Amino acid sequence: MTGKELAEVTGGKILCGDPERSLSGCYIGDLLSLAMSRVQSDNVWITIQSNINIVAVASLTDAGCIVICDGFSPDEDALEKAKDEDILIITSEKSAYDIAKLI
Amino acid sequence: MDNLKLHYDVNGDDFSVAGENSSKVKKMLKQLGFSPDVIRCVAIAMYEAEINMVIHANGGFIDVDISPERVKVELQDKGPGIPDIEKAMQEGYSTASNRVRELGFGAGMGLPNMKKYTDELNISTEIGKGTLVELIVNVK
Repeated sequence: MTGKELAEVTGGKILCGDPERSLSGCYIGDLLSLAMSRVQSDNVWITIQSNINIVAVASLTDAGCIVICDGFSPDEDALEKAKDEDILIITSEKSAYDIAKLI
Repeated sequence: MDNLKLHYDVNGDDFSVAGENSSKVKKMLKQLGFSPDVIRCVAIAMYEAEINMVIHANGGFIDVDISPERVKVELQDKGPGIPDIEKAMQEGYSTASNRVRELGFGAGMGLPNMKKYTDELNISTEIGKGTLVELIVNVK
């Protein structure tokens, strides 16, 4: 699955990053240290966290993308940083559970 | 070949750049051709240690020493020290403030992650003086 496909399937919106980034597997969680140790390379990471630190976690774990769920949006500095680091961010109105079901 | 040495200063209480040095080291290891496993271990352990410096210790400095056999990261802070290391090593134990928890930190996984993802973790701490954390990841 690519970022573009994920956005289509979940009705999400791509805010930055490469839409053709290939994705596999998924982790859901909002505690950064847990995400740090659990998110695997290419994973879809679903979270409600929206601050700049999610970009560092995604970058360090080689996450495929961050999906910010439940209608939350990334903070402005987080978005800027994600653009710099070429991290794919998708936002969705859906819950983490509903997004995961659709993957 | 001489070891590659890197030095970074870490600002205290600035969450906007927290983890940036770990990202730099990760990129450097990638360029040097280290295996994804080694890179992942260094990145996770160093990130946790770097974040701890920002959350608990008002910053400090980091020295990284890279050789083909192992990656060593030393983090020195001038923070309050760790009163009970045994407790701090327990998963889920955290002294992080509510403000910090709202950002997604304070899961109490910092030191356990450092232990889990390194071959050697050495901590020297003195109350009121600071803490030195040494992380070593061997190249298998």
